[in-house]
Amino acid sequence: MIDPQLIAHFVVIGFTFFMLLNSAAVLVLMERKVAAFAQQRLGPYRVGPWGTMQPLADIIKLMMKEELRPRSADTFLFYLAPVLCATAAFAAFSVVPFGADTTFFGLLDAPVKLMAADVNVGLLVIFAITSMGVYGIVLAGWASNSKYSLLGGLRSAAQMISYELSYGLSLAAVIMLAGSLSLREVVDGQAGYWFGVIPRWYVFLQPVGFLIFMTAGVAETNRAPFDFPEAEQELVAGYHTEYSSMTFALFFMAEYINMVTVSAVAVNLFLGGWHGPFLPEWLGWIWFLVKVFVLLFFYIWMRWTLPRYRYDHLMEFGWKWLLPAATLNLLITAGVVIGMGW
Amino acid sequence: MEALFFWLFAGVAVGASVLVVGQRNPMYSVLLLIVSFAALTGLYVLLNAPFIAVVQIIIYAGAIMVLFLFVVMLLNVSKEDATADGQRPLRIGPGPRRFGAVLAVVLAVELIWALRQIASAPFVSPGGEGVQTSVKAIGLVLFRDYAFAFEATSVLILVAMVGAVILARKDPHAKDQ
Repeated sequence: MIDPQLIAHFVVIGFTFFMLLNSAAVLVLMERKVAAFAQQRLGPYRVGPWGTMQPLADIIKLMMKEELRPRSADTFLFYLAPVLCATAAFAAFSVVPFGADTTFFGLLDAPVKLMAADVNVGLLVIFAITSMGVYGIVLAGWASNSKYSLLGGLRSAAQMISYELSYGLSLAAVIMLAGSLSLREVVDGQAGYWFGVIPRWYVFLQPVGFLIFMTAGVAETNRAPFDFPEAEQELVAGYHTEYSSMTFALFFMAEYINMVTVSAVAVNLFLGGWHGPFLPEWLGWIWFLVKVFVLLFFYIWMRWTLPRYRYDHLMEFGWKWLLPAATLNLLITAGVVIGMGW
Repeated sequence: MEALFFWLFAGVAVGASVLVVGQRNPMYSVLLLIVSFAALTGLYVLLNAPFIAVVQIIIYAGAIMVLFLFVVMLLNVSKEDATADGQRPLRIGPGPRRFGAVLAVVLAVELIWALRQIASAPFVSPGGEGVQTSVKAIGLVLFRDYAFAFEATSVLILVAMVGAVILARKDPHAKDQ
């Protein structure tokens, strides 16, 4: 007899993987629709009702395309780079919880955790794996042996190093408040209400931290207005200029999955995770999905509203404004935590 | 099972480190060094120290090696290396070479001595302590017991950084002369 607990855990892992794969497709449709409405167009509307089958058509198109490789490219690294990117994107989500422990409507004797792996240093694992994702982009830029790719890769490396510091410091402030490195415990620390109305979310204790986290998160995922590694007006397509077909699709997918991960982590750290009013505990994942969706919408909204920064402005902003602000935020939080004796 | 993983990670770490030195292309050297760090991370996990393992990835593999890669890419060393190699394996005279050989022997003797010391010392496993206590323990050791050494190191790094900036800065008076 196989342990039902184990089966349930595998189901959760498989479900997480499946959802992440699909989230990329759904996000592509959402991006195109939101972009269209922002520009007073209709967007995709021919394939399926309201264009809902458009991602499927896109995937088939990508698979049918020819796989190209520049003759002077470094073959091994050229094919390793997109795999690295996609692997890092999936792996980072493995420690993100998306709901309270559940027994699947009483099917199981003991509750199962709604996350692929409960690591007690989960927050740092996410940080570590995200920082590994840079190699995919940098290697793609170098291995393609093209000047546009190389410039994109170099920009990506510089940008990620600069914004990772603020990203890490804003995480550290929340870790101090929660007193734990486990994402599940951080979320559980945000249950309940102050004065019976205001939810005990860390965003109210850490408004500056939340802003810094989201800004650095957008920069880390190379999204507009920080999309320098692939600035199309200057670099054709940046680090993935030379990629086509499914290797290009892997980069594309990795970018969208990284967006989901940053949003999910932000929801867990600052917005109370699966805690919310009106719904019972076992339906908490609905709250989680709603919050992640709102943040993702914000991501896309921002891309079609704000123009790209200038490169030197980006560096100046990262080092001269964001980093000092994150450091100050951390110091003040530390002082308050010690002073109040939390 | 644990022994199997130990030999796997140890083998990868040593093999990758040897290949780092053996590579012609600096790009591959950097990547192999990352592989070696990843294998070390596995060893830390086996030692029941997940915090150290993750910090190893974040700091060494995630931050420092990205800088290495950045510099290698920016200078594009691979081309020069390929042409210089083969014709003249080493561009140094016999004097520095002898000095290098002496240094290598000193290093080898030191290594053997250190390894013998370790072998005679009892091997202490950290045991099954929770990770929160291990993070706390590391913090206490760093900031209480060895606070002076910690601060001295940070000042040293700051001095090195300022030195590098001064050395790399263009001379403002160079244009006028």
